[in-house]
Amino acid sequence: MPAQSIWTLLSWGPDGWLDDIAYGVIVTVLLALATLPIGLTIGFFVALGKQSEEPSLRLAANIYTTVFRGLPELVTLFLFFFGMPILLQHLIRYFRPEATIDVNSFFAGMIVLALIFSSYASEVFLSAFRAIPKGQYEGGYSIGLSKWQTMRKVILPQLLRIAFPGLENCWLSLLKDTSLVSVVGLAETLRNAGVAARVTKHSFLFYSLAALVFLGLAVVSSFATGAILRSLGKREAQR
Amino acid sequence: MSATAAMVERPPPRARGWPRRRIIGYALVCLWVAFGLGIVSYLFLAWNAAFFAKYAPAYLQGLGVTLSLVAISMVLGAVLSMPVAYGRMSRNRILSGLAYCYVYFFRGTPLLVQTFLVYYGLGSFRPQLQMVGLWDFFKDAFNCGVFAFALNTAAYQAEILRGAIESVPKGQWEGAASLGLHKLQTLRKIILPQALIVALRPYGNELILMVKASAIVAIITVYDLMGNAKLAFANSFDIQAYIWVALVYLVMVELLRHAIEWIERRITIHLKR
Repeated sequence: MPAQSIWTLLSWGPDGWLDDIAYGVIVTVLLALATLPIGLTIGFFVALGKQSEEPSLRLAANIYTTVFRGLPELVTLFLFFFGMPILLQHLIRYFRPEATIDVNSFFAGMIVLALIFSSYASEVFLSAFRAIPKGQYEGGYSIGLSKWQTMRKVILPQLLRIAFPGLENCWLSLLKDTSLVSVVGLAETLRNAGVAARVTKHSFLFYSLAALVFLGLAVVSSFATGAILRSLGKREAQR
Repeated sequence: MSATAAMVERPPPRARGWPRRRIIGYALVCLWVAFGLGIVSYLFLAWNAAFFAKYAPAYLQGLGVTLSLVAISMVLGAVLSMPVAYGRMSRNRILSGLAYCYVYFFRGTPLLVQTFLVYYGLGSFRPQLQMVGLWDFFKDAFNCGVFAFALNTAAYQAEILRGAIESVPKGQWEGAASLGLHKLQTLRKIILPQALIVALRPYGNELILMVKASAIVAIITVYDLMGNAKLAFANSFDIQAYIWVALVYLVMVELLRHAIEWIERRITIHLKR
């Protein structure tokens, strides 16, 4: 095999690896974006549970965060990826004995990342809830809004603004945690870079490229969150 | 007397009966209890003396590897974080720019990528490393793990240190200077004792994050706790390999968390009113 220059290796097309890595970047971004709404929703409800007056709800929510913040991400991922098929297999054997189950690595990664993201996001939401004065709820009730309406129209807009910087941190760590899903075989940035490294023997080149991709994603998302924050601030000023 | 008694707000009466949130709460707690009982009964039913005899010593050894990896890299990271924090706070543009780039790189990229970059990436420079005699160090996966983890945690610890030092009011520096203490003395005797109280909790969080992140080295063939679990699972296809390891990590993290809370309560006792 003739020695290839770095630029051929990094070109687009059959000789180069840039297209594979670009495909991996898309998978990475899709995984993070698909996780975000699920994680935010679960995190919000867990935070609601944690600040409820009902002790049993608080207990259930606290167990949730203790477990998913205490387990290493990798262990949660492996438990889910290898444990879930076994569990489902046992369940499905009652209905159709011959069926086999395989968990898709994108799906497994999405669920595990959502569990982890939501347990961190719930702490952010909880501290934001505590920053909102009680008078806001009382004001909502006194003008005749129902509990749900007060939450949606009075509390939530303020909550999001307070929680935003904390959620940005959660998003950045979610973006970094997506690289772990490469271990269970999802063809995302790191895995494709690893394949390229193994085939071409230029490991330093391709792993640095993967690092640069993650760095670039972090920079892009900090620009995006800055823009969102500015627009939130603008809306605040118009009031 | 009666006027003040009327002003005091009474706590709302406790909800009686079965409001919806209580039903949901009890259902969720029951779900967790069922989940816990399920795992315990699974471990009980799947109890396999041969499995335990074969892998329990390996797990213990792996626990030792994990703990030493975390301890060594935390200490090395703490040492390395001092110059980085100094650079971050320095007025010199070049120095602070370099330190900023270091911190941004290590906080902006996944630890897994950094570990791969050290373990597989440095292999590209094998002839050069052999020439300087460093190859023997980087040949070993454990050393690579320590190297990557120390560099990573140094970036985080530098930010913790910087934040803590900057949280001490400037008047403390000025007061010390007016007493004739020089900079190093001021830092050691006045600033750091106040800063470390602020820094304790973030340092504790960083320690917990490192314990959790150390599972990553299993991927670069280090036989730490997670690495032994991977091996046990690959040999036996028994999911209890991962359940046991999850329990060990959970206990470890909870112990650390409570220890840090206890220490914090102890050292902030003079600040309580």
